[in-house]
Amino acid sequence: MSENATKIRNILKEHGRLTKDASALGERDDLYQAGMTSHASVNVMLALEGEFDVEFPDHMLKRSVFESIAAITSAIDELTQGR
Amino acid sequence: MLRVGVDLVQVSRIAASIATFGERFVQRVFTPAEAAYATTPERLAARFAAKEAVKKALELDGVAWRDIEVARRASGACDVVLHGAARAAADAMGARLALSMSHEGDYATAMVVASCERS
Repeated sequence: MSENATKIRNILKEHGRLTKDASALGERDDLYQAGMTSHASVNVMLALEGEFDVEFPDHMLKRSVFESIAAITSAIDELTQGR
Repeated sequence: MLRVGVDLVQVSRIAASIATFGERFVQRVFTPAEAAYATTPERLAARFAAKEAVKKALELDGVAWRDIEVARRASGACDVVLHGAARAAADAMGARLALSMSHEGDYATAMVVASCERS
């Protein structure tokens, strides 16, 4: 598992308010189905921004960007590209 | 065509977000005018619920929370004021919005009804 994916799972565990164990989730499992609310997704976003020193632009504030570990990982990869 | 959106938010969770992320949370989600008036978790929770209710009513995605603003009239009644991508989407639908919010104990809720000329 990539280092980013591990960090993302830890953030989901702390802020995602998931009803399932974040470390047991599949990369493409639906995080909203796993209990993440809109409000929790804001916390996840803010924690991701702090962890990876990025800011999600408005157009990326989409439900689909935060719907799975894989989706979050690719968004972080996009935002940290070239570093 | 009428559309509706409703949302329920736990006040203590908004308070926890503020405790965890501080001003970053407030500034990312609320406009300066909202933050200036809504100085309690209850009021912020009701406004967060309102933003989510608008998103549901208009099926908005990829818009900033600050682009959905709750504006308070002198009477205390509140209206939705949209900006940026949210405004553009609503204008494209010819949407007019009505908002009602409430909070009691650890819960805040908001309902939005949208009258849309175009779907």
